[in-house]
Amino acid sequence: MAVKTLTIDGQQYSAQEGESILSVARQHKIPIPTLCNLEGLSTVGACRLCVVQIEGIPKLLPACTTKVEEGMVVQTSNVKLNKYRRMIIALLASEGNHVCAVCVANNHCELQDLAYQVGLIRVRYPYLYPKKTLDATHKEYVMDHNRCVLCTRCVRVCDEVEGAHVWDVAGRGINCEIVTGLDANWGNSETCTSCGKCVMVCPTGALFEKGANISEMEKKKGFLKYIITARQKKEWVYIAND
Amino acid sequence: MTLEDLQELSEKEQQRQSEKKHRILYCSAAGCVSCGSNKVSDALRTKIKEHALEKECEVIGTGCLGLCGEGPLVKVQSDNTLYQNVDVRTAEQIIELHILNNKKVEQYVSDTTKPFFASQTKIVLENCGMINSESIDEYIAVRGYEALAKAINDMQPAEVIEEIRKSGLRGRGGAGYSTGLKWGIVSKAQGEQKYIVCNADEGDPGAFMDRSVLEGDPHRVLEGMAIAGHAIGASQGYIYCRAEYPLAIERLKLAIKQAEKMGLLGNRILESQFNFRIDIRIGAGAFVCGEETALLQSIEGKRGNPKPRPPYPSEKGLWGMPTLINNVETFANIAPIIRNGSEWFSNIGTEKSKGTKVFALAGNIRNTGLIEVPMGIPLRTIIFDIGGGTTEGTEFKAAQTGGPSGGCIPKEHLDLPVDYESLAKVGSIMGSGGMIVMDSTSKMVEVAKFFMQFCMDESCGKCIPCRVGTRHIYGLLDKISKKKATQDDMVLLEELCMMVKETSLCGLGQSAPNPVLSTLRFFRNEYEELLQPVETFIASDIAVADFEK
Repeated sequence: MAVKTLTIDGQQYSAQEGESILSVARQHKIPIPTLCNLEGLSTVGACRLCVVQIEGIPKLLPACTTKVEEGMVVQTSNVKLNKYRRMIIALLASEGNHVCAVCVANNHCELQDLAYQVGLIRVRYPYLYPKKTLDATHKEYVMDHNRCVLCTRCVRVCDEVEGAHVWDVAGRGINCEIVTGLDANWGNSETCTSCGKCVMVCPTGALFEKGANISEMEKKKGFLKYIITARQKKEWVYIAND
Repeated sequence: MTLEDLQELSEKEQQRQSEKKHRILYCSAAGCVSCGSNKVSDALRTKIKEHALEKECEVIGTGCLGLCGEGPLVKVQSDNTLYQNVDVRTAEQIIELHILNNKKVEQYVSDTTKPFFASQTKIVLENCGMINSESIDEYIAVRGYEALAKAINDMQPAEVIEEIRKSGLRGRGGAGYSTGLKWGIVSKAQGEQKYIVCNADEGDPGAFMDRSVLEGDPHRVLEGMAIAGHAIGASQGYIYCRAEYPLAIERLKLAIKQAEKMGLLGNRILESQFNFRIDIRIGAGAFVCGEETALLQSIEGKRGNPKPRPPYPSEKGLWGMPTLINNVETFANIAPIIRNGSEWFSNIGTEKSKGTKVFALAGNIRNTGLIEVPMGIPLRTIIFDIGGGTTEGTEFKAAQTGGPSGGCIPKEHLDLPVDYESLAKVGSIMGSGGMIVMDSTSKMVEVAKFFMQFCMDESCGKCIPCRVGTRHIYGLLDKISKKKATQDDMVLLEELCMMVKETSLCGLGQSAPNPVLSTLRFFRNEYEELLQPVETFIASDIAVADFEK
């Protein structure tokens, strides 16, 4: 495998051919905010938070899907990028019904963390207050669409890791919603194995365990790395939750 | 079927046609069908039967005759007389007066010397309105499938690609990437199977170019695809057509069947080693499926969501295999280029934009219809000479090209040559060829709002900027149009537009703000007229309240 040298934020790094910019940045602790990306799942480039500026390319490109190239000069943050990231989080905040004070995932929420990370002070867009539903028909878990950010991690983990493909996206645009099966109640799903992977990878309080009270729903994502390493390298190593 | 058989068939058909004294053509494309051309054709046939003229006359359904706004259209081919606004009564008169007594039905005759007809150059539409769109024999009689035979028998795949590259043909779907280069990339890509895909998911409001080509001359598209298959080494093609075009799908199906029967598609085409199959895939009504990666997902049977590029479909397309995607009009240009040579084609048009472009003229314009003009023609010629200007008593304000991804061109740019680069310079795009003409009665904020609502409804919802951004841009435009917005909202609007444009995942989101940005560029005053004055009334209210205390 060939080695590629690239410059990120003025510093030179070497990377393996075929690696993404995001992966290189992560290895060297360069902070790039992400939401839809989760190590172990396929990359979809949907949240657009990780867009970076690359010299010689007029478009902004997502770090998660852009592969490193020899001599690439990448900027992971500047005034424009930071502003756009703040705007994306603001758009998410205005889109759903996110009320941290009464949320099960308060203090354990990636959306909340991202808002701090990008420096979101206020949302200048009108809140849409959409009428969303809540599915509590499953015996162990709840899906609260009010808090869903449509990152599709649950869809991917269920399809790619568990192999059940219980979840998918229905509708278009602002009316998109995650559905169980062919838009059935989760409790009636014949494919769901109740493994709980979707709950654990969900970045917000949209998917949570029944019985969790405010701030009590802590997501344990370490299992994913554990399973993936076991499958790919045949090694069963304990990986602490990060 | 060999080349000799093809020529024999062509001569036989020409002979058959010359034996007929009159060929009466009626437009059987969707526009004229919807205003009653089927009744007209029935009346023509009944009258012919009544007067026992079956031997010398034939009535033929053709593709679009161009002047859609004046349909149904009927053409008597022997003396090139075009009748417009034909109803059943006129149809009967055409037989009784024109055919039997050689006296034209003057009040319905369309003036074919006017610029609408005279200023056009037809390559893509050369057979539209000339031949029976449901007969492969008539297509062969006008040198159909000759280019395919030439490509298979006399040309190496690399030579075909070189010929297309030299012609300077650029993708007619909107972005204008060099067709020859694209073919070259796919032909060099590694993969055990390669695919050809024809993008017939024409969804721009006001656009009907691809539909007319498919309805009027489906074999031309099949031939173009087969030549592409030979050039890049593909044995399977798909036409992805939107379900809203039932007539186009019906004619395509018929055309594929006819071509397969004659050995012009399928296995061992023209008795060579080349195999090429074409199947039709029908869309389910999503505009975003016109975006190539979403289109491929849809063909694979998945939800039509775009994917990040790279990898481009030319490396990893359908089922991970190298895939060539071209628009209907691009494929329709292939056969004439191979038949007449790249030099002939590159003599038409401008330095960087070669050939012709089909436009669908719509909006407040006198001659609504389908036109084909050489690249580089001034916009003024299209709108005022060919289009006949705006409707009675109004003044031209702007032309919108490129649909929801394009922009407005105001009257100060009327002398702009219509080619890829010039349109991009004024903030619009060539697009697939929809041209909506607006007059002084059009309100630009409403226009922007209409297109933004379209994009908001058609966003797939995958990426956040497009899903939520278009919703808020629409909300802000709505607020402005209701005179409730302030200068602050304008700042928000412009910020959001730039952000959605720069960060969205696919072409839909990246170009969705264009109608807003281009109307802001040329008609900012119309926005500002609708704004609330800076919140002075609140300040004075407080002052009064303080005073009253």
